[in-house]
Amino acid sequence: MEILVCARRVPDTSENEIQLNSAGDDIEREDLVYSINEADNYAVEEALQIVARVGGNVTVATVGGEDDEEILRREMAMGANHGVLITDDAFGSDGRGIATILKAFVQKGSYDLILTGVQAEDGGAQVGGMLAALLDYPFASLVNSIEVLDGKKLKISREIEGGNKEISEIDLPCVLSIQTGINEPRYVGMKGIRQVASIPIPTFGVSNLGLDPSAVGEAAAKVKKLDYFVPALGKGAEILHGSREENIDKVLELVAAKGGLK
Amino acid sequence: MQGIQSAAEVTSWLVTGRELFLIIHILGVLCFAYIVAKRLVPLVRGQRDLRFDQPLLRVGRVLKFWLGQWKHPRYKTAGTIHILIFAGFILLAMRAFTVLIVGVSENFVMPGLSGTAGEIYNTITDYAATIVFLCMLIAVIRRLVFKPARYAVPARFGKAHTADAIFLLALIAILMVADSLFAAAKAAAQSQQGQPLEVLAVFSLPWMLQSALASTALPTLGRVYFGAYLLHEVTFYFLLCYRPFGIQFHVETSLFNVYFAKLDREILKPVRWGVSEEHLDQVKSFGVKTFEDFTWKHILDFYTCADCGRCSDNCPANAVGRPLSPRFITIKARDYAFQHYPMFGSSGNGKPLIGNIYSEDEIWSCTTCGACEAECPLLVEYIDKIVDLRRGMIDDGNVPQSLQKPLKAPESRGNPYGKMEKKKADWIKAKDFQQICNVKVVDGKNGADTLYFVDSITSFDDRMQSIGRATAKILNHIGESFGILGAAEKDSGHEVRRFGEETLFMALRDHNVDAIKASGVKRIVTADPHAYNALKHDYKDVPPVEHISQVIAKEVKAGNIKFNPVENPDSVYAYHDPCYLGRHNQIYDDPRDVLDAIPGLRRVEMKRSRDRSFCCGGGGLMLFYEPKEDQRMGVKRVQMAAEAGANVIVTACPFCMVNIEDAIKVAGMEGKMTAIDLAELVDKQIARESQTVA
Repeated sequence: MEILVCARRVPDTSENEIQLNSAGDDIEREDLVYSINEADNYAVEEALQIVARVGGNVTVATVGGEDDEEILRREMAMGANHGVLITDDAFGSDGRGIATILKAFVQKGSYDLILTGVQAEDGGAQVGGMLAALLDYPFASLVNSIEVLDGKKLKISREIEGGNKEISEIDLPCVLSIQTGINEPRYVGMKGIRQVASIPIPTFGVSNLGLDPSAVGEAAAKVKKLDYFVPALGKGAEILHGSREENIDKVLELVAAKGGLK
Repeated sequence: MQGIQSAAEVTSWLVTGRELFLIIHILGVLCFAYIVAKRLVPLVRGQRDLRFDQPLLRVGRVLKFWLGQWKHPRYKTAGTIHILIFAGFILLAMRAFTVLIVGVSENFVMPGLSGTAGEIYNTITDYAATIVFLCMLIAVIRRLVFKPARYAVPARFGKAHTADAIFLLALIAILMVADSLFAAAKAAAQSQQGQPLEVLAVFSLPWMLQSALASTALPTLGRVYFGAYLLHEVTFYFLLCYRPFGIQFHVETSLFNVYFAKLDREILKPVRWGVSEEHLDQVKSFGVKTFEDFTWKHILDFYTCADCGRCSDNCPANAVGRPLSPRFITIKARDYAFQHYPMFGSSGNGKPLIGNIYSEDEIWSCTTCGACEAECPLLVEYIDKIVDLRRGMIDDGNVPQSLQKPLKAPESRGNPYGKMEKKKADWIKAKDFQQICNVKVVDGKNGADTLYFVDSITSFDDRMQSIGRATAKILNHIGESFGILGAAEKDSGHEVRRFGEETLFMALRDHNVDAIKASGVKRIVTADPHAYNALKHDYKDVPPVEHISQVIAKEVKAGNIKFNPVENPDSVYAYHDPCYLGRHNQIYDDPRDVLDAIPGLRRVEMKRSRDRSFCCGGGGLMLFYEPKEDQRMGVKRVQMAAEAGANVIVTACPFCMVNIEDAIKVAGMEGKMTAIDLAELVDKQIARESQTVA
C-alpha cells in the first residue's frame, strides 16, 4: 500500500514558553524550538505499522520552508521511505490553499491512503477534510484504529464523545485524519537522524506541481488572522483546606457533581 | 598401598580395574572437553570485549576475590559455609587427582607429598573432606528447612531451583564419602593385616568409617575398597560433566570470570569494543538485541552465576516489586544459551531478547544503583548489560512514551525538562540570595578558578535550586573564585547515557567539554553526584572534579569552615548514601565527617548504608519513567531511616531529595521526618564572621 502522510512542523509546546510578540499579532518566534506536530507523528507511525503488515511505502510530505526538512528527516529516521518538501515563495494562503497544494502533489503520484494528523497544534483541523473534498476522496476524521480489509477497503474506528467507539468501513483511496493515541510512536534517536542526514530530499514548488501561484498565494486566502491573544486567566483551582478525610469526601462530591462518577 | 595389594582378590580387581578406570578417565575427560567446547561456542560468537590488559592487577584481584573469597563474609552463614567448601575443594584438589591416578598407577604419589609432608597433607585433607561433607549437610538443611528467602523463585521466573541444588550438593557429599571410604577401607585392611598403618585423622570422616569397618572381613573390605573407588571415579566425572549444565559451572568458570572481571566499573562499556567514537556511525546496530550481541565476557558471567540470589536480595527494584530481578537477568540468559546452544544439533536462533526472555519494563526498571554488583561474590556485571539492552531498545525505537520527550528535549533544549536555555541561570537571581552571594556566569571575559557545574535539576527545579544556592554560598564562604556556565551548560547526559542514548550523550558531552574548556577554569565542583560521576568518568580532558561534600570536608579539616551547634536537640540525623557518590565513587566518609563536625549533631546509621545503601528511586530520566511497582523505593528508604531512629535524612544529591521528600509525603510521615541536603545543612550551620562561634 502506498501511503502519504501530510505532516507539519510546529513549535513544541512542551519545550517553549509561548509568548505574544510586541505587535500582538503572533507569538514570539525567536528562541522557539520546533518538532513534528504530535498527531502527525502518530499518523506516520500508523502508516509504518500498516506497511509492516501489508507491504508498501510511506512518504511524508510537508508544505513549508527549508527548516521544515528537519521533521522529514526525523520521520525518515523513524522508517518512512521518502520525505518530500513542498516549498515555494509564492505560497502563503490559508488552509484551503494548503489543501490545494497537497492535492496537486497527490495527483503527481499514486497513493492508496493519505493520512494527516487530526489537527496541527497551531492549526484548525481543516486541511485533511478539504484535501479529501478537492480530491473527491472519502474522508474520515478522528480515526483511532485502522485495519486493512482486502486491499480495497479499510475498517476504521473513531471515538465518540463519552468513550464509545464507532466502527466504519471506508473505500480506498481515502483521506483519514489520525487521532493521537492510535498507537505508541517509536522513538527516534539522534543516531537514526544522523544516518538519514545525507539522503537528498526532493522539493516541489508551483512550477513542477503545475499550480497557479495566484490560487495558493497570500492574495488567495479567504480566511485571514485578525488577532492573537492570550485570554485572561480565569478563576484558578479550588484548594481544599479540610482534613484528609474531609478533602476526600469533598473531592468525591465534586467529581460526582461533574459527572465523573456513575 | 602394600596392605590391600597383597590381598589377591583386590589385586586381581585392580588389574582389571586399571583398564576400567583408564576407560572412565578417557571417556570422562573427552566428555568434559566436548561439553566445554560446546559451551564456548556462544562466547566465540559473542562480541569483542577487551579484558586482556593489566595481568598483574587481575591476578591480584583473583587472589582477593577468588582465592580470598573477599565478598563472601557479607553473608555470614552462607559465606562461612562457602569459604569452608571452597577451602576444602582447594585442599582436596591434589588428593582428588592423586586418587584418580591411583586407579591406573597404584603406586603413584604426588611429587612433594611423600613421607611426612604426605602424612600432614593426608591429615589436613581428611578433615577437609569431613568439613565439606558436613557443609553439604548444612547446605541441604538450609535449602529444605530454613529456606532463605533469596533462594525462592518467583512464579513468573519458573520453578524452584531447590531440587537441582540439592542434587548437586548430594553429589559432592557422595564424592566426599566415597573418597573417605576408599581411604578407610584401605586403612582397615592394613590394620587387620598388621601392616604399617596410614594414620587417619582422628574424628575425621575416613577415621569414623575406618572404625566402622574395623572388624569387616578382608574380602568384603576389598570389595568396599574397589566399590568406593569406582563410586568416587564415577561421581567425579559425572559431576565434572554435569556442572556445565547448571549453577555449579562456577567451580570451573569463576577463576576466569574473576580474572577477566571489569577493572574500571565506573566507566560504562563502549557501544562496541574496538570501535572508536568517530567510527560509531558505521556501526549499524547499537546495543544488545540478540543473545550474540552480548560480549563473550558477559556470556561467561551467565555461566558463572551461582544462583546465590545476593544481587536480587539487594536490588531495590526487586525489593519494591518492579519486574526486574538481576538474578534472573542472568539465569534467563543462561537458560537461553543452554536451550539454543544444545550439546547436539544446530545452535542459535537470533530471536530478539526483548519480548522473548526479557520484558521492556524489566530492563527500564533498573536505576543502575550498583547494589547487585557490589554484592556479587563472582563479580558478575549487570549495569553494562542493562545499558546495552537499553541501547538496543533505543536503536529500535522501543522506548516508553513517558521517556520520549525527556530524551528528545536535551537535544533541542539541553535539558530533559524542555526548559529554555536562557532560564538556566535564573536560580542565581533570587533577590535575597543575589544580595549576599553574587554568582557570576563565566565566559571568555569573566573568568574564575572553579566551575560550579549545576546540572539540569538544580538549575530548573524550584525546590532543588535551594541546593544550588546553598552550594554557591558555601563556595562563597570559603572564598572560592567560582562561576557557573549558565545557558552554556547543558545536561551532563549522565542518565541519557545510562538510558542507552549514546549518540545524544556524546553530543551533550562534547558541548559541555567545549564550554568548560572555553571557560578556562582549573577545577570543577558539583553538588550533583550524577553530574560528578559523568564529569569524572564519562568525560575526558576536563579539569579535576570534586563533589561539594569533598570540598566541605577538606575545608572543615583545614579549619576554614566552623559550625554553630544544631538548634533542635531532638533531631537525629541519618545520612543516606547516594548511589553515584557512595557505591560508584566510594565517597562514604567525607559527608559523614562533615556531619560529625557539627557540634551537638546526633547521627545514626541505617542498616543499609555505605556500599549497601538502598537506592532512593533513581535520578535523572528515572524521574520520568512510570515503573510498575508495589511501592516506591523512597518509601522503603524513609522507613529504614525511621527504623534507625532518625528523624532527619541527610543526603547529598538533588535526585535523592526529590524521591525522599516525595516518599515522606507518600508514607504519611510529614512532621515526623524531614530531608535536607548536606549543602543546605552546612550552609545553615556555618558559623559566619558576623556570628559568634558557640
